[in-house]
Amino acid sequence: MTNPADLTLAELRDALKDKKLSALEATDAYLARIEKAGKLNAFITVTADRARDAARACDARLAKGEGGPLEGVPLGVKDLFCTEGVLTTAASHILDGFKPPYESMVSGNLWRDGAVMLGKLNMDEFAMGSSNETSFYGPVINPWRRAGDEAALTPGGSSGGSSAATAARLCAATIGTDTGGSIRQPAALTGTVGVKPTYGRCSRWGIVAFASSLDQAGPIARTSRDAAVMLRSMAGHDPKDSTSVDRPVPDYEAALGRSVKGLRIGVPKEYRVDGMPAEIETLWADGVQWMKDAGCEIVDISLPMTKYALPVYYIVAPAEASSNLARYDGVKYGHRAKEFDDILSMYENTRAEGFGDEVKRRILIGTYVLSAGYYDAYYLRAQKVRKKIFDEFAGAFEKVDLILTPSAPSAAFALGEKTADPVQMYLNDVFTVTGNLAGLPGASVPAGLDAQGLPLGLQLLAKPFDEEILFKGMYALEQAAGFTARPDEWWG
Amino acid sequence: MAIDKDTVRKVAHLARIAEPEQRLEPLAKELSGILGWIEQLNEVDIDGVDAMTSTVDVKLPMRADELQDGPTGGGQPDKIVANAPKTEDHFFVVPKVVE
Repeated sequence: MTNPADLTLAELRDALKDKKLSALEATDAYLARIEKAGKLNAFITVTADRARDAARACDARLAKGEGGPLEGVPLGVKDLFCTEGVLTTAASHILDGFKPPYESMVSGNLWRDGAVMLGKLNMDEFAMGSSNETSFYGPVINPWRRAGDEAALTPGGSSGGSSAATAARLCAATIGTDTGGSIRQPAALTGTVGVKPTYGRCSRWGIVAFASSLDQAGPIARTSRDAAVMLRSMAGHDPKDSTSVDRPVPDYEAALGRSVKGLRIGVPKEYRVDGMPAEIETLWADGVQWMKDAGCEIVDISLPMTKYALPVYYIVAPAEASSNLARYDGVKYGHRAKEFDDILSMYENTRAEGFGDEVKRRILIGTYVLSAGYYDAYYLRAQKVRKKIFDEFAGAFEKVDLILTPSAPSAAFALGEKTADPVQMYLNDVFTVTGNLAGLPGASVPAGLDAQGLPLGLQLLAKPFDEEILFKGMYALEQAAGFTARPDEWWG
Repeated sequence: MAIDKDTVRKVAHLARIAEPEQRLEPLAKELSGILGWIEQLNEVDIDGVDAMTSTVDVKLPMRADELQDGPTGGGQPDKIVANAPKTEDHFFVVPKVVE
């Protein structure tokens, strides 16, 4: 029999329903792979016993012909989602030992639908980073390597544990979060499918907050079908998150096979950056041709505000982060400094010890742009430029149904390659961050390999709550690209 | 705008992060680099543009002012203090604040 870990999530789901294998067999197969993949550093916590117990309960339900849409499917969870009774760190020292007394809405929805949690996945500290190098638990290593080269590459970030675990088949699929590209960029760098839904589609309740007006949860999976199955379970209204939107969750999987004929695909000329490899340009042109061949109408569009998106993001996100992260004071949970003179130095020392350099940098930027005398010049101006970006997209979507761009400006890069200059690292999100600022749903689909054998992704963006059209487009790209490459299993 | 060492000291204090004296100069340089890059926003004409408040066109919902069931409800002091570094009888313990 084939290894259960080689089945896609949708295939595994069907095999479990048809009792071709048991949930426990599937869970054990994944746990065995996780055990051998320590070199990837994808997990912060593996919940093996809990997973086996959950799988046995799934088998009992499946035996009676019961069970939810994800019954018995083993998944991994970014360590930004609070999981009841299970260590939740946000990959930060400051959350040492934190075991939430409650479950995040999105992860809870997965368990409600029968999924099994394998463990908690590594990430950039508080989701701040594009390479997983800011994690207190050390960087995740990309399962992909350049041909003939053993250099450790980044799996992207911040959901780098999620992307690496999906690419290395350590989980049937994973969940991540995307504030500026943290699902789509890592998906692009690991040859996986990553979806950031519309802002408000998934509840943010129980997700450790980074930038609340931008954060959204989404799946990283092997195929667009798997991502569609995941998102249907994750999404939904939650009164506990006042920004969660009360509208029905469609059956995204059903949208997959539908024809894309007549869909208007926008190609924005501004989605190019200096030094972008020619291979990415070529792949993008291939993507345009694939959609044309599938019967889509290609529309050249212009989004001139694109270049301002990252600077806006690096005001808005740090400002919100500086406010959200004020809660880490050494009083209610996590780390408290051992040495201090009074309550003020307790706060200051706790936060100095608990936060890493990138998190401190962003808190300082955020505090500065919100401080008296600078608020108008930075924060207010950024929110106005953000409105212009939003309006520009709204205008474009009067003429097109989807926008097709590259997902990231480069393939996976080596660890340490971009850590010297924060701005160079920030540029990784140049194509994805616009979707967060405007609240749009977006996805990265693996579309090809570069000359060194590394995966490259294409991004689709859709109108708010047009995830069905997004999935239809993703499936068409996926069919045309025929991406079947896999990394060599050098890690074990 | 370039920010200097004294500004970093002030901002770090506002953010309640102890930054050792020798970190202030390098931080001033890093933050100035980031802020300098951000300053390209000054090129954008924002006359008459409203500041963005929400990407989703919905009215924030109101809920009834009553005790909820479940994790957001009351009556669970054990859970509230379970993760605290120092507690006493369902209270968080901190250094003396009022003399």
